[in-house]
Amino acid sequence: MKKQLIALIAMLVPMTTMAAGGADAPHSMEPDLRDQASLQNGMKLYVNYCMGCHSLEYQRFSRAAEDLDIPRDIIEDNVIFSSEMAFNDQMQTSMSEEDGETWFGAPPPDLTLSARLHGTDWLYSYLLSFYQDPSRPTGVNNTVFELVAMPNVLEPLQGVQEKVCPEAEASEGASDSEADCDRLEVTRQGELSPEAFEEAVYDLTNFLAYVGEPSKLQAQALAPKVLLFLFVFGVIAYLLKREYWRDIH
Amino acid sequence: MREKWGPDMANNGVNKGRRRFLVGATTVVGAVGVVGVAIPFVSAWQPSARARAAGAPVKADISKLAPGQRMTVEWRGRPVWIINRTPEMIERTESFTAGRLADPDSQASLQPAYSTGQMRSIRPEIGVLIGICTHLGCSPVYRPEPDATGVGVDDWPGGFFCPCHGSRFDLAGRVFSNVPAPTNLEVPPYRFENDNIIVVGEDEETA
Amino acid sequence: MGNSNKTRAPRGLMRWVDARFPATQLFQDHLSHYYAPKNFNFWYFFGSLALLVLVNQILTGIWLTMSFNPSAEGAFDSIEYIMRDVEWGWLIRYMHTTGASAFFVVIYLHMFRGLLYGSYKAPRELVWIFGMAIYLTLMAEAFMGYLLPWGQMSYWGAQVIISLFSAIPFIGPDLAQWVRGDYLISGITLNRFFALHVVALPIVILALVVLHIVALHEVGSNNPDGIDIKQKKDEAGKPRDGIPFHPYYTVKDLVGVAVFLFVFCIVVFYFPEGGGYFIETPNFEPANPLQTPDHIAPVWYFTPFYAILRAITFSIFGLEAKFLGVMCMGAAIAVMFVLPWLDRSPVRSIRYKGWISKLMLALFAASFVTLGVLGVMPSTEGRTLLAQVCTAIYFAYFLLMPIYTRLERTKPVPERVTG
Repeated sequence: MKKQLIALIAMLVPMTTMAAGGADAPHSMEPDLRDQASLQNGMKLYVNYCMGCHSLEYQRFSRAAEDLDIPRDIIEDNVIFSSEMAFNDQMQTSMSEEDGETWFGAPPPDLTLSARLHGTDWLYSYLLSFYQDPSRPTGVNNTVFELVAMPNVLEPLQGVQEKVCPEAEASEGASDSEADCDRLEVTRQGELSPEAFEEAVYDLTNFLAYVGEPSKLQAQALAPKVLLFLFVFGVIAYLLKREYWRDIH
Repeated sequence: MREKWGPDMANNGVNKGRRRFLVGATTVVGAVGVVGVAIPFVSAWQPSARARAAGAPVKADISKLAPGQRMTVEWRGRPVWIINRTPEMIERTESFTAGRLADPDSQASLQPAYSTGQMRSIRPEIGVLIGICTHLGCSPVYRPEPDATGVGVDDWPGGFFCPCHGSRFDLAGRVFSNVPAPTNLEVPPYRFENDNIIVVGEDEETA
Repeated sequence: MGNSNKTRAPRGLMRWVDARFPATQLFQDHLSHYYAPKNFNFWYFFGSLALLVLVNQILTGIWLTMSFNPSAEGAFDSIEYIMRDVEWGWLIRYMHTTGASAFFVVIYLHMFRGLLYGSYKAPRELVWIFGMAIYLTLMAEAFMGYLLPWGQMSYWGAQVIISLFSAIPFIGPDLAQWVRGDYLISGITLNRFFALHVVALPIVILALVVLHIVALHEVGSNNPDGIDIKQKKDEAGKPRDGIPFHPYYTVKDLVGVAVFLFVFCIVVFYFPEGGGYFIETPNFEPANPLQTPDHIAPVWYFTPFYAILRAITFSIFGLEAKFLGVMCMGAAIAVMFVLPWLDRSPVRSIRYKGWISKLMLALFAASFVTLGVLGVMPSTEGRTLLAQVCTAIYFAYFLLMPIYTRLERTKPVPERVTG
């Protein structure tokens, strides 16, 4: 049903992708808000790897617990690190803005709306595109976000990724050797295999997609009922119209 | 299309029954739709998640609350009193003449089902009350000592006296008769997390 | 004609009310005894739908003001508060944002209907002018409403549009500053836009809607044939080609309402951002006066005029391009007000006009849509040229109308409506 609707709208509005815009993203992902296991894992990753610096200043722990079906005590024991924060509070980082500015040059941005601002494809690609670059203060750079200030916090999971110029392919007559050198390859594996890492990044991006618009879960649950109701109403209204209009010759 | 709708087409083309039925059906379905649309608008006036976060249950540590003393915590912007009642205070309250109380069995008053007995509490010695007079919202003063002065009556069992309009309550928050306040002081939902921690604003069952 | 037009004398409570307030009279004048031509087609749904969307906007708008915080510090946060913390706040807000776009969809189709069937021609000039005033006020309403979420697009969109005022010679810069109430768009601007958006302009729009309908009901509705149905009346004095608005058009419009709401709800529930056209992506970032987003475009309903503005890249008669662009954009809207006096055709409906009128209307519609598309895209040389061509067609449609409508041969108009 949803896919058909998407196709319909895509036909009607041929330029949607243009407006949705965003920078080029080499990887793409389709968020699945019904995959609770993925969202739960995404939240776990977020709390462990991101929340040290990035707040979700509009997302309450309690709302996430309810929507993602996580028991309250798990949240209170494993997710809320700071004693200052309560179950009903928003997911604020404990790092102050000043510290962020000192350490990274700018306070790490809030990520509540990052999925809506940049698009999930971009986020997903960004997280996959860190590579080793000794010229940078953090030791890493990023192919979708040049000169990024953020260190590759997922490195323990991913391992070390490097830009490589596969010589064999280059000699096979690839004209643009620079483009070839853009290929990223994990040269020293971390805790996760490249496939498992991509899955983890998918879950994390999926979670951020949820955080961007938690109401989407409600909207998708309610929509079919509303549309069915309107359809029934439309049919009855049409029958009524036809009945009255039999008067008109 | 016409032939479908039966023989009375011949007269004046109006099938009154069918027309009435369709008008009724459209009205009913339309009314259901209007009610459906009203639901979000009405619900939007409920306390928001922010208000609910601010009104979330509060914890009170009663380990340092000496017998006979009272402490106040704030819950949803109102004072909640926690009183450590001595056996003597309980005795005084329970033996007090029921005839001088307006609602001695708390029939007409607000309290959770688990705050039972004359002391209106889970444990008789620990009283939890919302410190707002049921008359016009003043906060009564704590006069626990027997026969205290300035409460306007003799034979005072200890309790609360409202300075605004002179309503009187005993140590269980029960209202005296012939005072302006109509009902006993409200008991909020609360539970014991352990012997020393009371959670105000959360029912026992959900613990 | 059916038998549902017989009048029953009101009884009981209604008689009591009628003696004091013309309730039954008003109902009859505007609904049950308002005779509308019986040959309304698809294009005639959009008037009542516009009314429906207006009600939606007012209702959801009132509810949004209950939780919105009109300050530079709090506006953006309060939108997210509505989206997350207020129960059903997301639905109410999406109904409002989608409603804004739906309003313009419906209004544009409604206006095109007017062009198609000559609904602006005598004696309906005032109906058209009140309608244009509604359109103009609606654009102001939408523009000011768009600033309120205080996102990047809100901020920079408003920045660009307010800067248009500064193109006016001599007083321009001072005028722009006066509108902003500050040296830049700030919380002060937000506050006054909020006041205008939620109080002043809605009152104006409601008043204009009443005027629009009163004027329409005074002269009667036009129809796809452009025939005056009042000229052919039966013995009872009822137009032979007319039918009472109620029940016939009320039940018909109900079907239109159902179809419209179906589409509306699909957008609200599944595509509230409208592919980035109803809620633009940069608006998910709070306003930052120090950094312009990479690509800013106005919301889609303004883009045809925005494209006209950008199409003027040259100066004439010593007037600089910036000023000319603003003038052209203003003229593009202003020229629509005088449309009733530009059309010199003896017939109203496009059905009986000559081929030049048909061609010009088709070209006009195509160039309007093209301008709209160009307006959301970054400009290139080729696109600017296309926009210039479309701008020329846009104005040619109006300014040459006195000539081509008089020159062309029209077809004979039938006596009675043709269904």
